[in-house]
Amino acid sequence: MNIKEYEKGSFLKPLTSVKYLFKKPHTLRYPKETKPVADRFRGLHINDVDKCIGCGNCRDICPCAAITMEKASKIGRPIEIDKKGANPVRPKIDYGRCSFCALCVEMCPTGSLKMSKDLIYTSPDAEAFAWVPLEEQGREPGFIQDNEITPLMLEAQEMEELEPEVRKRSFEEMILGFSEEQARKEAMRCLGCGICMQGCPAHMKIPEYIQAIFDGDHKKSVKYMLEDNVLPGICGRICTHRCQDDCVYQYRGAPIHIMWLKRYATDQLEDYKDVNIEKMPATGKKVAIIGGGPSGLSAAYHLSTMGHSVTIFEQKNRAGGALATGIPLYRLPIYELDKEIGNIESMGVEIKTNVKVGEDVKFEDLLKEFDAVYIGIGLSYGRSINLKGEEHPDVVQAIDFLRQVKVEGRRDITKHVIVIGGGNVAMDVARTVARLQEINYQSKDTTVETVSLEDWDIMPASQEEIDGALEEGVIFNPAWGPNQVIFNEDGSIKGLEVKKVKYVFDENHRFNPAFYEDQKKIIYGDYIIESVGQMYNFSFIPKELMEQLKFTPRRKVWVDEYGETSIPGVFAGGDIVETSKGDAISAIANGHRAAIGIDRFLHGKSRRG
Amino acid sequence: MSKSYELFIGPNHPGIPGNFSLKIELEGDTVISAKGDPGYLHRAFEKAMEGRYYIQNLALIPRICVPEPDINEAAYAMAVEDLMGVEIPERAKYIRTIVLELARAANYTFWMGGFAGTLGLYTLAQWSFGDRDYALDLFAEICGARVYHMYIWPGGVRRDLPPGWEDKLLGYVKYMKERLIDYDNIFFKNVMFKYRTKGIAVVTKEQAIEWGATGPILKAAGVAQDVRKDDPYAAYEYLDFEIPTLTDGDSWSRAMIRRWELENSLNIIEQAVKKMPKKGPVWEKMPNPLKWYVPEGETYAKVESARGEHGFYMVSDGTGKPYRVAVRGASHTHMFTIAEKVLIGQRLADVSHILVSLDVCPPEIDR
Repeated sequence: MNIKEYEKGSFLKPLTSVKYLFKKPHTLRYPKETKPVADRFRGLHINDVDKCIGCGNCRDICPCAAITMEKASKIGRPIEIDKKGANPVRPKIDYGRCSFCALCVEMCPTGSLKMSKDLIYTSPDAEAFAWVPLEEQGREPGFIQDNEITPLMLEAQEMEELEPEVRKRSFEEMILGFSEEQARKEAMRCLGCGICMQGCPAHMKIPEYIQAIFDGDHKKSVKYMLEDNVLPGICGRICTHRCQDDCVYQYRGAPIHIMWLKRYATDQLEDYKDVNIEKMPATGKKVAIIGGGPSGLSAAYHLSTMGHSVTIFEQKNRAGGALATGIPLYRLPIYELDKEIGNIESMGVEIKTNVKVGEDVKFEDLLKEFDAVYIGIGLSYGRSINLKGEEHPDVVQAIDFLRQVKVEGRRDITKHVIVIGGGNVAMDVARTVARLQEINYQSKDTTVETVSLEDWDIMPASQEEIDGALEEGVIFNPAWGPNQVIFNEDGSIKGLEVKKVKYVFDENHRFNPAFYEDQKKIIYGDYIIESVGQMYNFSFIPKELMEQLKFTPRRKVWVDEYGETSIPGVFAGGDIVETSKGDAISAIANGHRAAIGIDRFLHGKSRRG
Repeated sequence: MSKSYELFIGPNHPGIPGNFSLKIELEGDTVISAKGDPGYLHRAFEKAMEGRYYIQNLALIPRICVPEPDINEAAYAMAVEDLMGVEIPERAKYIRTIVLELARAANYTFWMGGFAGTLGLYTLAQWSFGDRDYALDLFAEICGARVYHMYIWPGGVRRDLPPGWEDKLLGYVKYMKERLIDYDNIFFKNVMFKYRTKGIAVVTKEQAIEWGATGPILKAAGVAQDVRKDDPYAAYEYLDFEIPTLTDGDSWSRAMIRRWELENSLNIIEQAVKKMPKKGPVWEKMPNPLKWYVPEGETYAKVESARGEHGFYMVSDGTGKPYRVAVRGASHTHMFTIAEKVLIGQRLADVSHILVSLDVCPPEIDR
């Protein structure tokens, strides 16, 4: 730039601007002419309220506190309010406060919230500037979220596990657990919205304990867990993790590994001495608990914190129920059981093992000796499917087989095994068999096959279990139903005849399988394990009391909202009641609920007084 | 016997650059003392930042400077990145440079209109406000907003450039360069401009250094100091540009420095577009905003704004919200240590253009 030229100054040069008299103006003749709006324009919001789950993350991140959550009834149109993993509220935005920063859009885990290209709105009414954005307001989308650049941490931490070849050789725990760094990174992903808490049957305080893990305060974390779940370390290994199924990250990324975070936190503590719930003064009341499974243990723990003295009657030689006898060692090691059951004993709970109620002690005596009784016997007997030929000694029940391997140390197996069933227990059986075959025969010339009525898409087992089984060499026969056992001439088993399934559920969505009778095949094998469900046994209850015990139409024990059965002072929980979903965490939740009910009963606040 | 009287200029006055007031004492039409009277715009930015998550401040910081919001975003992001030890991707550095220079160019265009207005030449104001709008349209395309961009954030920038944006940008640069000839003709080479500003409100080199002046005031007094050169950030170290200086330190020199810098910015944009990596990430992944714990420590991040050195001093106590943020706006110094002194002895008619030639931006004082 030549500064001299400027320093001189000129009278005439300014006159050159006269040429602009003959040029077109910059400005547009609004509203006849309008300017095109930028594609990424951050204008008034659009929200797909059907996709929205009301998690409130938009409200939490809003720098201007412009967002409140409006009740479903007030948003101006009907929405599905009892959607799974959702709150019946939707964001309402106050445009008197909104700064149009679009952080709410960036943080929306479902992708329902967008910004539009429209910014023009006028009203003489100040109240009219706050509304629930809806899609049908007809605004054109502008700024939307991007999965590449997003403040949300969509990717989960990878969990290390033993390679299939290695883990097959023993019953060593296959999931290795998070390192401190991994756990902190995974905990960092949590938004704290608490949608997961609805999915958890025990409604654990998940955001709080994840925050404590993130802060490195493992004691505080486990303290939060014990308030609702007395077996957090066990649940951190084997839970059905309904919380993860509801996690808001599922829509755009991978859900948080809530279960493994729980395991990480409990693994950091040798015992729970310092984190247990504080005990109330002794009340002098006595409670008997029949069955030392998860629901009984849960009830016992909470009752003892309430100051009652609790005795558990367990017919097996150790407490834990299905956790101790059913779940294979590679998923749940014994030391974890000892740690958590030991913790419950340390609270003053007496566990009497090898005591069978009905034989060693009479049920009616318990009713007399104790102030209240809790039944948490679970489904501890295998259910037969009336298969032709199943009376053969080489056709066994899954629950017996798993117990023999886990508790009695059975290590023998035949070379070709057939497992009937497609649930998680069937997977446990098949994978246990795969390990035994590797130990005995190095998997040379061995097979383990499963047969299930359900096809791949409706198989009840969890995807992780199915994938794990496939990796370990289990062969699946989905959509085949067992017909009869085929025998060799010497009386040993030759195989299982199966027929093709037409459908499993009928038009009314009821379990009512139908088969193509002409499509049959034989699966060869010399040992059959039936794994199609379990049932309870109430033979310990005397006949006159049994008549008083009310059952639901689905043949489960009827209980009120505090877990009390139709017999006053007798409470029930776990798999024998209808509110249980057949997993440990439901049983734990039932046990906790019944403990509160028993406490009310002992303080004279029962329904029947 | 002469009698002095007091006069308020602002907060509602066409010659004051924003919500700010100046209390001057005059004898006849000669200023005998001047006192800045801030507070009309005070929104407690610094305090408000302490109560918000790091990412939430993104909506707050651009408001510290309306005509050039991006410097705040850049300095804030650089402070957070420094505390976290994060290096941003190469392409993000170039995009930041382009955005900052475009904002600078838009700011000087805006300033030209204001300055010419205080001298009574409103034609230029009409032109430059119109031309600034084209820059705002470019901003709207990359980030969705014309004024408060919230585009530069810790880790890089918020979105990659939309396809074809570079061409539009180069088109704007070409247009502005042509327009500069007209701006020169009507204003910078206009003899009236020279007569009104030459020798008015001189800040000498010694005074400028002593009073802590930065930016155009310092350059107009003959010191070639610029954060972009002395302590390069974004992609400035890869780019070739000169720091303009003049020697007189008067109102005219300051205006000419800004005119020069405007041309400079347009050249830097052209260079940066050419040198920028065509592909690649524009953002380094940052933690979940609700659990974004910045390591304990303190830092000072500075950028060169259109007015001088603009910096953020940030202290973190290791939690998810800043412990303390202090904003160093150039205007604070320029108002209270310079304007109050140089106004003495000037005539009332010159007060407005002196303030604009010092480019006092009230939000940088009331923060």
